Amino acid sequence: MNGEGAGRLRVLLVDDEHGYLEVLQKRMSKRNLEVTPVSSGTEAIQQARRQSFDVAVVDLKMEDMDGIEVLKVLKMMDPKLAVIILTGHGSEQAAREGMALGAFDYLTKPCELNDLLERIYASQEG
Amino acid sequence: MQTARVRPAAYYRTLTRNLVLFVVVISLLPLFFTGAIILYQFKQAYQVKVEENLVVLLNKHRRTIDAFLIDRLADIRVLARSHTVPELSDPAFLKAKLTLLREEYNGVYVDLGLVDSQGSQVAYAGPFNLTGANYSTAQWFKQAAGSEHFISNVFAGLRGSPHFIVAVTKRYQGREWLLKATIDFESFNALVENIRMGETGFAFILNRQSEFQTKPRHEVILASGAWRELLQKPLDSGRVTIIEQPDSTGREMIYAAAPLKKGQWVICAQQEVSDAFVHLVRAQQVAIAIFVIGGLAIVVVSLLLARRLVRRIAEADEQKEAMNEKMIEAGRLASIGELAAGIAHEINNPVAIMVEEAGWIEDLMSDEGPLSEETLSEIQRAVQQIQEQGDRCKQITHKLLSFARKTDPTVKPVDLNGLVDEVLGLVSQKSRYAGVKLETSLDGQLPRVAASPSELQQVLLNLVNNAVDAINSEGGTVTVTTSHENDTAKLSVSDTGIGIADANLARIFDPFYTTKPVGQGTGLGLSICYGIINKLGGEIKVASAKGKGSTFTVILPTRQDSDPSPGGSGETGQN
Repeated sequence: MNGEGAGRLRVLLVDDEHGYLEVLQKRMSKRNLEVTPVSSGTEAIQQARRQSFDVAVVDLKMEDMDGIEVLKVLKMMDPKLAVIILTGHGSEQAAREGMALGAFDYLTKPCELNDLLERIYASQEG
Repeated sequence: MQTARVRPAAYYRTLTRNLVLFVVVISLLPLFFTGAIILYQFKQAYQVKVEENLVVLLNKHRRTIDAFLIDRLADIRVLARSHTVPELSDPAFLKAKLTLLREEYNGVYVDLGLVDSQGSQVAYAGPFNLTGANYSTAQWFKQAAGSEHFISNVFAGLRGSPHFIVAVTKRYQGREWLLKATIDFESFNALVENIRMGETGFAFILNRQSEFQTKPRHEVILASGAWRELLQKPLDSGRVTIIEQPDSTGREMIYAAAPLKKGQWVICAQQEVSDAFVHLVRAQQVAIAIFVIGGLAIVVVSLLLARRLVRRIAEADEQKEAMNEKMIEAGRLASIGELAAGIAHEINNPVAIMVEEAGWIEDLMSDEGPLSEETLSEIQRAVQQIQEQGDRCKQITHKLLSFARKTDPTVKPVDLNGLVDEVLGLVSQKSRYAGVKLETSLDGQLPRVAASPSELQQVLLNLVNNAVDAINSEGGTVTVTTSHENDTAKLSVSDTGIGIADANLARIFDPFYTTKPVGQGTGLGLSICYGIINKLGGEIKVASAKGKGSTFTVILPTRQDSDPSPGGSGETGQN
């Protein structure tokens, strides 16, 4: 599925786990995605102001700002932005709430990279 | 592992003893007093009855004897008045009269005689040869001379056998004669000897000189206390005098006396008290037997009942203790449940990193051609990252397991500061996502407290959990403070949360009382805390201001024998 579509997809990766951001960025870059990792909700919003993205992958639980809040702001800034929520087990309720607020889909951590990529591409098809 | 039993065996022994004593005293006292009162009343009534009977009996016999004597006197008077002295001086005539009298009175008369004023018996009819006998010196003659009639005391006289004399003065031609009759002692004695009371009662007659006028059935010592006392009393002619005294052998006796023959004689009766009161004694014995048997029954029954009751109480206590432990356990699991989401998320992150790093290694290895130096070092970094994240997972599971272990109520010295660090570690993830800052202000010189580490850990976790929950989405601070003063250690958990309404403050330690939404709080947390702290001899207090936050303070006694240990190095801190 690598290289599908016109140009590289721009992905905003939001998670407060540096290790996770790092490895995910490496793997996604290797699959020809343009990945911008940020480690907090605030940073994510700042980054979204600077440039536009096709997809945002947002962790639901972060220290400074709730993932749902981040989703709301991002959607407000760019309604076309596809947001995919990452959540832990037991927080599916919050994830569904995010869906209602316009998120494209959600995935439960830990997840397969392929599943994530599938959702990312799917979000660009419709 | 020793489980802290609620109450020692000695407690139940004391309880049993007190119950038995209580029941026995309560049951026996009324029984005893009722019995004693009834017995006393019965004794009083019976004593009056016995004395009345004695009086009636003595009076009856007194009248009989008096009547006997008067009748005998009357016989002789009739004889004296209806015949002249020459007639009476005729032995044949006297003999005829004596025969008549003996026939009529069944041998009561022994003889008849006529005595002149000089004491010489001029005529005699009877079994002895006493014609011409001279009585001028005889006691009875001296007393009889000059009086209209006379009944003598019993005496042996000339014939040498006991008898007494009934004499009447006969005036004839200016001279005085005495017509005398001798009364058979045996027939007179029989009158008195037939008076019997019970098994031991008998009667006899005395004259004023305390000489026996009848033969007592049993030996009587007149010189002894009771009789002497009784006979010295001025006897009221119309009444029977009764006294009760022990005799020389110590047996209680009833003595009764009444005057006879116009006060010249005394009729006496004596009986053993035990005999007189034989029915009373029997009633007493029955009452005592009932009391003893009833008392024994009460003691046995109360002993059995008390034992059964105390066994039930002990069982109930044990069940209660087991329930308590289960409740603490349940509360603990509920606390863990509350933490679970945070902890699950906490463990998800390292796992997700490990999965992705493994995937990354796979990515690198799937590249065609030999692995470059750069790739190899990247693989090495990834492996190291996997190891680090694995360690992180291990720490999280250890932390959780240290709390999920079964509750151990064993009391040992606990370092509160270490406990605070441990619990805050558990709550850190939850608080981080809730936007709550955890702060501590720990007393480095805090002495250890005697407690069950796992129970105390639960108390602190509950308090910190609640404190974090009390803070709304805007965030806030939870501060845990330890300090010590004299023999107590103080631990307080303050939050800058929503506070507790005054109306709820009073019920906050009640079981099943919660203001959390259904499904989010059991309402057991604080009641379990209260129970645990109470059991340790400490106290738990709450102060709260609506909108400003709450402070829960736990005060625990410190171990007397403990050495102050620096904070954070207690054994619970290493769990």
